[in-house]
Amino acid sequence: MSALTVNVGRPPLLTFTMPIVAVLGACFGFVTGNIFGQPGLGFVIGAVIGAVLAGVLAQIVQVRLWRKVWGTTAIFAVSGLVFGGVGGLIGGAVMGLSMGWFATWIGSGQYRAGVPIYYTAGQTLWHNVFLFICAFVFFFLIAPLIPVMWLSFNAQNFFTFTPEMLAFRAEGYSLKHYRDFFSGGGHPLQGLLYGAVIGAVIGGLVQLLPNAERSIRKIVVFAIIGTLIGVVVGKMWGVSGAEWMTPLKNSLIIAPFATLISVSLGTLAAIGLSQTHVPGRQAIMAIMISPMIVPLIISATGMFFFYAPLGNWLQANLGLNQNFVGYLKVILAHAALGVPFVIITVTATLVGFDQSLTRAAANMGANPVTTFFRVQMPLILPGVISGGLFAFITSFDEVVVVLFVGSAQQQTLPWQMFTGLREQISPTILAAATILVTISICLLTTVELLRRRSERLRGMSPG
Amino acid sequence: MSDSTDTGPVLAADGSPLKQSLARALRREKMRALALIAPLLFFVVLTFIIPILSMLFRSVENQIVSDTMPGTVAAIQDWDTGGGEAPDELVFQHLFIDLFNASEAKEHTKLGTRLNYEQTGLSSLFRTSGRRLDDIGETFQDPLEEIDPAFEEADFWYSMMNGEGGEGLLEERRDMWNAQVGGGMDGDVGFVPSQSMIDLLPWTTTAYTDWAIWAAIEDEDVVAEEEPWEAVYGALGIDLRNPETVAAIADYDGPGAEQLQAAVANMDQLPQTSFREAFAEMDEDWLDPEVWDTIAVYSPRFTSGYFLTAVDMKLSAEGVTAQPEDRQLYIKLFNRTLFMSLVITGSCILLGYPVAWLLANLPLRTANVLMILVLLPFWTSLLVRTSAWKVLLQQQGVINEILVWLGFVDDANRLILMNNQTGTIIAMTHILLPFMILPLYSVMKTIDPSYLRAAKSLGATNIVAFWRVYFPQSVPGIGAGSILVFILSIGYYITPEIVGGTDGVFISNRIAYHISSSLNWGLAAALGSILLVVVLVLYWLYDRIVGIDNVKLGG
Repeated sequence: MSALTVNVGRPPLLTFTMPIVAVLGACFGFVTGNIFGQPGLGFVIGAVIGAVLAGVLAQIVQVRLWRKVWGTTAIFAVSGLVFGGVGGLIGGAVMGLSMGWFATWIGSGQYRAGVPIYYTAGQTLWHNVFLFICAFVFFFLIAPLIPVMWLSFNAQNFFTFTPEMLAFRAEGYSLKHYRDFFSGGGHPLQGLLYGAVIGAVIGGLVQLLPNAERSIRKIVVFAIIGTLIGVVVGKMWGVSGAEWMTPLKNSLIIAPFATLISVSLGTLAAIGLSQTHVPGRQAIMAIMISPMIVPLIISATGMFFFYAPLGNWLQANLGLNQNFVGYLKVILAHAALGVPFVIITVTATLVGFDQSLTRAAANMGANPVTTFFRVQMPLILPGVISGGLFAFITSFDEVVVVLFVGSAQQQTLPWQMFTGLREQISPTILAAATILVTISICLLTTVELLRRRSERLRGMSPG
Repeated sequence: MSDSTDTGPVLAADGSPLKQSLARALRREKMRALALIAPLLFFVVLTFIIPILSMLFRSVENQIVSDTMPGTVAAIQDWDTGGGEAPDELVFQHLFIDLFNASEAKEHTKLGTRLNYEQTGLSSLFRTSGRRLDDIGETFQDPLEEIDPAFEEADFWYSMMNGEGGEGLLEERRDMWNAQVGGGMDGDVGFVPSQSMIDLLPWTTTAYTDWAIWAAIEDEDVVAEEEPWEAVYGALGIDLRNPETVAAIADYDGPGAEQLQAAVANMDQLPQTSFREAFAEMDEDWLDPEVWDTIAVYSPRFTSGYFLTAVDMKLSAEGVTAQPEDRQLYIKLFNRTLFMSLVITGSCILLGYPVAWLLANLPLRTANVLMILVLLPFWTSLLVRTSAWKVLLQQQGVINEILVWLGFVDDANRLILMNNQTGTIIAMTHILLPFMILPLYSVMKTIDPSYLRAAKSLGATNIVAFWRVYFPQSVPGIGAGSILVFILSIGYYITPEIVGGTDGVFISNRIAYHISSSLNWGLAAALGSILLVVVLVLYWLYDRIVGIDNVKLGG
């Protein structure tokens, strides 16, 4: 592809660049004019400004491309500030950025950089329109999350932007919704020290295992993980009746246990399924994948009918505590929902697994258990962890089943958000949402890193 | 080589024939694989498959009517359904005994609620009647106790009723209680009805046995020391109206003979009104043949009634009929669910296809960076994305504010983007878009770009090359993505509930409503079962098109 693309020269200024930029300028002018009730006048002024901008930028040759863009942005922003205050500043900056970039992009002939030299004008136009469509879709995917984060710093109890927020005044912003979210519970620092010490001790004990690789790094890693867990446990210690901390605590109790069950059972089953001779593999696979395919509302309805009598039976016949049974029901239900994700990711990892490695290990005298933990496990671990993360997020994000199966004592974070969205609208939901977005960015990064590591380990891709 | 053919079958190292040895090894391998799979299989069957089956069972199960009113249901079989006449006295006598027991166990309101789904008004009919059944019993109890005070005494009743030979009746009535209250009625009653009393006073003995079981096990009283409840007197009244019983009492000489004969002699003091009239006096709806049609039609242990309701039909005395116009809503809801899911799937294809193409054709490094923009919403909590759309779409929301500020929309006529179908479609398209892009991407990744170049070098224009060469190869991706998005969207609950208002809700919202608000669980199960069948058909198609093993997550 690159051999065919040649950096073409500048297009003609008067017959190409200036009219096109003028059209964009006219559009912006129309919109700006509309604010003041003069769309026609704005249209004309915008077109003139666009044409002039294109002409001026084309004359400045020795300045680098992006400098021109930033310069235009600054000029537009300042004039916006003069005419329309802070709102004008932002509007001007956006307009200046887009027009400056567009003018230089068109004017310098960069718009042809991505297409083969033999493309006609129409094909080039289509290529660029296509890129704009894709950019729009990416914008559509990401942009809705931005107002949520912005609004979560609202100083008022509104779900909408206040004039103070739009004018970027400090009194319009506050962290009070985050304070509301984190109110109740113990102090995270209490748990920090315990967590670090316990983590380091476990890290040290791991060194004593026979055949373990000994290094100080392991102790540090365990201590860091211990600290993180300690902070969370310290915060959650003794939480009860808090509006947001109690649901978060429930989520943090339910999700790890559900993940543990689905990962341990799922990994074993995936290894079993990847053997050469499995009678009824298709049927077994269909049963295990079914929790993912059956719509949640149906799973939840079925579980509602089955788990309520099951819970009563457990309470009556095994004498179990009502609260414990409540958690158990939700954990079992979530574990079932997480199973397909573990099966899919681990099976996918096992596809690239070289079975002769296990035979080699057996040949050198390792028993099946040793082979599993020392040979197979390290290689499929990335798949197991990302399957576990999928299972975790499934449970952590799940509302319908908890709503049907759980009781008020098991109210989870998504449940609280759901009732909040449906009944009383408080921006604390947005603070919770922002925190969840942050968590999901962390999880996404982990999964991506693991996926690449797994592919590298299996030699499937060079990078 | 020739050696082994000469000496018979090939042998393995341990001396057994090779074929057998291989078969054994294969069997061992299979067993090992199954042993690894078994725990999860068991777990999934227990925690997922059985609940789904229990939902299917719930959608046809209708035992509550025959469990709560066993005698009435048996008696009503001979009644002419749809004949326009309420049933005769015998049915009402059974109704008295059954409903009395049910109201003691507080089960009659449940039955009323159940039948109320089929005919409005039955719930209050059962509730009010349950409260006033004692009065009917007392109209018999008071005169009987006046005729002979012994009728007031626990001893008298116990010595008359207790005996031997009636174990069958005892167990039969115990089963009735167990079915009614859902078990827990086992244990020693301290009473066995006597066979001679069963022959002499069948109604009274049955009613007394009912009471004895309830008193001994539920109230934990001693049967011999308690006066029976009003239903027993009512039952005695029923017995005494039978001329054969009256004749038999004259010849009877066991315990309580004197009192029974006194009662027969003073029959004129007992109320003369029939049970049919007594029920009509409580609530004249009891004489309404439609009420009895409903009870008769829903008396079998399994019913197709829920499924028929789920498709806007109705089970009535005349057979299957359509619901009245104003109560038809499920077909509309199913159609809307399918229509909106199709629109959502269509918009996902429109938006997802260009992006998937771009990702598949860019250099790997750039594609991976852009892929994060697709995966981030995929990994973000569903509720976060739903609340984001609530922030954007509401009347005072971001989109409306910007449009008003720019002067495109008048402040008074802000766009209504939420609480209607538009809101649901926009929000769900955004939420499900990654599920379309990811399968499309993985299919497009496998399409060799040289095909397109070959087509162009053979003289095809861009459009022809795309349409005739590239597009057909990407159809499996479209199929996989569409089915995935479609399956997910027809079962969506959370997003339509929050941004859908009343016009934009799906069938799943109705299921949730029946589970948590109207408590019509059978109907919820039937709606769920229909949805499940639709999904399974689609799942089967998905398996045929892509193969279930090829599901990939996160690229």
